[in-house]
Amino acid sequence: MSMCTIPKICSVSDLTALREKLKKENKKISKDDTQQILVCFGGSCLASGAKDVRDALQDELEKAGMSDKVQLVETGCMGPCVAGPVALVGEDRTFYQSLKPEDAKDIVNSHICSGKRVERLMIADEDGKIPAPCRQDMQFFKRQTQVVLRNCGWIDPIQIADTIANDGYAALAKALTGMGPDGVVEQMKISGLRGRGGAGFPTWLKWSFAKAREADTRYVLCNADEGDPGAYMDRSLLEGDPHAIIEGMALAALAIGSNQGYVYVRAEYPLAVERLNIALDQARECGLLGDNIMGTDFCFDLEIKKGSGAFVCGEETALIASIEGKRGEPRPRPPFPAVKGLWGKPTVLNNVETYANVAAIILKGGEWYANIGTEKVREQKYLL
Amino acid sequence: MSISSCTCGQDVTETELMTRLEEVIKENKDKAGGLIPALQMAQIIFGYLPDMVVDRIAEGFNKTITEVAGVISFYSFFTRNPRGKYLVRVCLGTACYVRGGKEVLEAIKKRLEIDVGETTEDRQFSLEVGRCFGACGMAPVVMVNDETYQRVKPARINEFIAQFATDEELVLEGEEK
Repeated sequence: MSMCTIPKICSVSDLTALREKLKKENKKISKDDTQQILVCFGGSCLASGAKDVRDALQDELEKAGMSDKVQLVETGCMGPCVAGPVALVGEDRTFYQSLKPEDAKDIVNSHICSGKRVERLMIADEDGKIPAPCRQDMQFFKRQTQVVLRNCGWIDPIQIADTIANDGYAALAKALTGMGPDGVVEQMKISGLRGRGGAGFPTWLKWSFAKAREADTRYVLCNADEGDPGAYMDRSLLEGDPHAIIEGMALAALAIGSNQGYVYVRAEYPLAVERLNIALDQARECGLLGDNIMGTDFCFDLEIKKGSGAFVCGEETALIASIEGKRGEPRPRPPFPAVKGLWGKPTVLNNVETYANVAAIILKGGEWYANIGTEKVREQKYLL
Repeated sequence: MSISSCTCGQDVTETELMTRLEEVIKENKDKAGGLIPALQMAQIIFGYLPDMVVDRIAEGFNKTITEVAGVISFYSFFTRNPRGKYLVRVCLGTACYVRGGKEVLEAIKKRLEIDVGETTEDRQFSLEVGRCFGACGMAPVVMVNDETYQRVKPARINEFIAQFATDEELVLEGEEK
């Protein structure tokens, strides 16, 4: 599965050309496509049987002779986990919920082949009335502006071509060619993004502390040791759009002058580790991680560090101790990790969700991002 | 690969396992922060971390046994006792707790006749508690090895366990009850 389906990217123009080509030639993997069945393969939907549903859909499509006309996409988390397994079908994105393998026959024969929606699988919206058949009709989705979740639930997270067709790594290309490290920090400052782990410290400020420190080595860390009760933003993002986190971390590394990063993922999330691993292999294979990324001087690589089941390792100094191979015991601050972090080197440590914002900010500009949200909180938050 | 699943087949000799351990030590000993990945791999190889493995790792990493044991005891995924073929981990995170995780745990304890941290005599099942698997919408959740099972009901624990019991007797026993 980790096989890279795209050629090696040796320059920024390679990436642009590839993106244009993917968008043009294979409309199936862009969001505008018409004939798709998106099956949610988030952790929750998988637990309620999404894989069997997908297999049944595949079977029925083959039986109906439609398997080459309709593309089945296994996406990351779509959000309505309680209603799982869920799927979006056809050009109007009809939302089907609580699917069972037996339902595949109706979806294919009725919806795909004769254009008639399967009402019994549709959602009754807030007022209890059907129809709110399509994604855009549902209250749940209507009020969402998806920045962090721009690709989550839309693309196949383990196909790097899907990511690239949806502007993945375009922000990194932009930063590498025009903006440079200072430009990246500047845009982060304008955006007003604050740490998404909970404390809300300005991200650009943390980065500039680490950047200003005299050092031969700096590290970029991602905190994916999520543990708040009932919260699984990080899991959804790692499972649904791992390349966004890789790109965000690469941008942070470029900004502060780091060549090595680590993602600390808790052991309770095996699927997140698996998908992130696949994404890392793909990014390396096609030259978006490693030495001389896109033909520039920038070198950066990432490694996953798996937790071993210690809640306290979500605290930054404990997390660093754990990566160092020690007991994950917190230490008093200061010194803060930005000054003295992993192996005593200046270290930027941000949450998964923080990194997932970065590429969107760099690509569309800090000002664009600052205009989202309310007057006092000019940002976005992924809520569950 | 997972830390939890045990690949220790009966037909693999101890010498072979030790050879694999040596490879893991060699691969990690000079890496910064290599101790925890090495322990994770060792646990996959042996299914748990017996004394001789801990001694060997301490020696290989040039650390004291107490230091290595300190790291092991800190993290709940490491175990010094043999584990069963299936590691049943009942989530007692907040969402699962309020939706009956504790009752699920009690039912499983009763069904398997073991307590948390123990393994059934036939080495089929081990029981642990977990803190949030991030599937709160599906609470209460139980993880068996790397698979997540949603909305587990205490009243249907026999069925739940029976799906893993390859041993015929155990299945029958489950149905009778």
